[in-house]
Amino acid sequence: MIARDVSLINLAAILGSLAMVIAPHSLHLPAWIPALAAVVLLARFYFGWRRVKLPNKWLLVTLALASTAAIALSYHTLYGRDVGVAMLTVMMALKVMEMTKPRDTMVVVLLAYFLVVTNFFYSQSILTALYMLLVVWIITATMIGLQHQAGQPSVVPVLRQAAMMILQGIPVMLTLFVLFPRVQGPLWGLPQINYSAKSGLGDSMAPGDLSSLILSDAVAFRVLFDQPPSSPGQFYWRGPVLWNYDGRTWRAINNVTAQRPDIESLGLPLRYTVTMEPHERNWLFAVDMPVSVPEGAYLTTDYQLLSRRVVRDRLRYGMASSLRYRAGIDETLENRRLALRLPAGVSPRTRALAMQWRAESESDRDIVFRALRMFHEQPFIYTLSPPQLDTDPVDQFLFETRSGFCEHYASAFTFLMRTAGIPARVVTGYLGGETNPLDGYVVVRQSDAHAWSEVWLPSEGWIRIDPTAAVSPLRVERGLAEALPAIDRPLLARGAFDWLKRVRYAWDAAANNWNQWVLGYTPDRQIRFLGQMGLSNANWRDMVIVLTVISGAIMLALALVLLLRLQSQRPDTVQRIYLSYCDALAKRGAARNPSEGPRDFAARVSMQFPEHRASAHKISALYVSLRYGPGRNAGKLEAMREAVRKIRLRT
Amino acid sequence: MSTRPGNDASTAVRRHSRLLPGPASTLRERVSDWIFPPKGPEISPVVLGQRRVYILPTGAGLMFGVTILLMLIGSINYNLSLGYVLVFLLAGNGMVAMVHTWRNLARTALRPGKADPVFAGQLASFRIYVENTSSLPRTSLAVQLPGTEIEFHDVPRRSSKLIELKVPALSRGMFYPGRLRLSTTYPVGLFYAWALVDLDMHCLVYPKPEAGHCPLPFERMSAGDGPALHTGEEDFAGLRTFRAGDSPRRIAWKAFARNEILLSKQFSGGTATEIWLDFQDLPIMGVEAKLSRLARWVIESEATAIRYGLRLPGIAFNPDSGVPHRERCLQALALFRS
Repeated sequence: MIARDVSLINLAAILGSLAMVIAPHSLHLPAWIPALAAVVLLARFYFGWRRVKLPNKWLLVTLALASTAAIALSYHTLYGRDVGVAMLTVMMALKVMEMTKPRDTMVVVLLAYFLVVTNFFYSQSILTALYMLLVVWIITATMIGLQHQAGQPSVVPVLRQAAMMILQGIPVMLTLFVLFPRVQGPLWGLPQINYSAKSGLGDSMAPGDLSSLILSDAVAFRVLFDQPPSSPGQFYWRGPVLWNYDGRTWRAINNVTAQRPDIESLGLPLRYTVTMEPHERNWLFAVDMPVSVPEGAYLTTDYQLLSRRVVRDRLRYGMASSLRYRAGIDETLENRRLALRLPAGVSPRTRALAMQWRAESESDRDIVFRALRMFHEQPFIYTLSPPQLDTDPVDQFLFETRSGFCEHYASAFTFLMRTAGIPARVVTGYLGGETNPLDGYVVVRQSDAHAWSEVWLPSEGWIRIDPTAAVSPLRVERGLAEALPAIDRPLLARGAFDWLKRVRYAWDAAANNWNQWVLGYTPDRQIRFLGQMGLSNANWRDMVIVLTVISGAIMLALALVLLLRLQSQRPDTVQRIYLSYCDALAKRGAARNPSEGPRDFAARVSMQFPEHRASAHKISALYVSLRYGPGRNAGKLEAMREAVRKIRLRT
Repeated sequence: MSTRPGNDASTAVRRHSRLLPGPASTLRERVSDWIFPPKGPEISPVVLGQRRVYILPTGAGLMFGVTILLMLIGSINYNLSLGYVLVFLLAGNGMVAMVHTWRNLARTALRPGKADPVFAGQLASFRIYVENTSSLPRTSLAVQLPGTEIEFHDVPRRSSKLIELKVPALSRGMFYPGRLRLSTTYPVGLFYAWALVDLDMHCLVYPKPEAGHCPLPFERMSAGDGPALHTGEEDFAGLRTFRAGDSPRRIAWKAFARNEILLSKQFSGGTATEIWLDFQDLPIMGVEAKLSRLARWVIESEATAIRYGLRLPGIAFNPDSGVPHRERCLQALALFRS
């Protein structure tokens, strides 16, 4: 490669590609880094444009050291993934300042690809993938532009060539993606990753917690039932169980693994697969009550399904649940006591009410029904934006505001039960979900978050009581969108946006397929998928063999197609006209010798047929100039065609 | 690959000239000659069959490979599915690039053109037609003869391009420039494809005319058929090197301007002068020096319109003049072997 300076158009292409690569990182990098990169890239373009000498090495070294110090200050460390990304960004930006020859550009291009990969730490959505494709296209086009050494590259053909190469590479990509033996990471310890807090249910519940969560349209998990449930009813997805109350907040207790869960199933189990979004917590969700435990998880004594590892990646597990069950008939005395504990001195009016009920009722069951009847008959309101509760939430809610969200009802109900001497606890989770008609998946969102109660009755065990149902039966039967006044609903849950809903279904189905097949293509899934494709019990050696054969075949096919195009020896117009001229003369007895050049042939024809002398020289001159001269000339071509036509007509 | 039949003489000359000190060969050329030994010139047009286009990754290509390997390891470690997608996309892209680099050369046709004779020390100019009969363009083809700089050329689809490569002709004789290296790193610079082509190309290199003072051997002038030579004032007979005592009015200023050699005009009595340039009559000096001087004399005689004959051991050209005669004489000098 001859060391030439990078031309301005190529320089613009490189700097543009780098800007595209850095752009998505500006969402999480400290603001000064993208700003510095922008300044450096613009300055480099200015230097190239004005042909200014590039700054000397020591200035760059100083800048690099200063940036390192600034990164250390911004992150308080020089170790870890985010710092690595920041360093890579800064160094790549500075590298363009010492890039003068086309060969220096390769280093920059490769650094850019690295930076594209690091972007996947932060997002792996479909949009990110499409953006990546765009970036690869532009970078490939840049590389092609740099190889145009005989002249300036022109933009459109180079972009077309790059697009063609990427399209031709996609079959190989798909083959590699499906067949390349997957290894479950990590290969080495993950260096301190700062997992950001994700929205989702917590292990505590205070008034207002759920109603803020409910505004989020984020997907909590997706469910695919083995057989569509016969009743379209809403399922209660059991999550954290809360025992401890401090007068305002309900909290979970340390969970104990159940050796033999005392759940008696009273019907056929419901089977389904859950694909859960990462939520940085341990709990898994299952339809009330779970009767199976997925691998890597365990069931606690209060029937919570917990994963042994924090769910940091999208997780898929198969489940079975029983909708009709009897649970905890033989609940320990210790747990029953725990389910009666209350902080001293709070909510005196509620206590008084519960005492009164206890005195007037014959059984625990009676008290439960009295409480539900109270919610149903008295003017309680179900709303997402209840008035603020300050000092004593339960008393205030039951006797003053009387409007609240599920957490208010669950909290007040559980409190009432405990005061009346009935063991009770709060269960949080999700209620309902939405079936996507396009792919049959049920999508459960954060907006489906719900809280309810469980009470323990002798000889019946733990029974689920949802006090919200007494206030707003619609919430339980038809979902949140129906139960709340329109203004309170999350935007997408509002009925008026039907087209928006359809778009959302399509997008959601696409996102789900993406999650299941692209992001969720784990070693297990690969083995299963290859099994379905007829490659059962594939080990990595089989995969590599099949992979090599298929990609080899793809490359061979491409080479053959190109070879066919290379061999299309269809003579061009000039050649065709000249050959027809030779034919005409051959009929008159002057066949052209294959080794005879056009000029020699013309000389011979002139001697043999003096009357054709002028035309022979004219045609041979035109032929030579059209065939070997610079560029095409329509006028000459027409002149040649005309001259040959005259000769042919004279036969 | 076979030599042109029925051309034994020229093959012999060629074999000989290969031993002559050619353009300085680089280490790469020597290694390449060792791996792909030259087999003699090929019949033109030479179409680069798909099997004679060789391909290897470039330094950048190896760097690219290492990078995607590192990216793959990173993707495994962090379970980045999209990282896998990118790595595989780039791997596919790289494989496609290999095929495209190969196809940029495959089935290119090369046809040697004529190379005009030059004097030793000048640049021999070899014309080559690069023909692209395919429906795909060929971009950034690098063309190189040993000892020359790489030149880049685009050849659009269904067209042909005339390339002129200038190589210093160091010594007299038939100059064979060696094998043409046609190579490319297009489209993305990750692979280097090349083909070595021994085109039937040669250039006649005349001996370098001697510079400095070497007067035409007028003492050996003969009048041929005509009467003896007069040095009267009748007709312009030609030029000879200026000697002390010649009239300044007889100095050929035009010739001086052209050659920077002082010549005096000679006049004779009407008959054309003839002169014999004889190898044997030259004083004792090296063969090459003698040929150099004879070349100088041939040029000078032709320029002064003297009829000159050339006598070399084993070959002689009777006195004559004109461009064909001059070329014949110079060719004999170029190809002379004692």
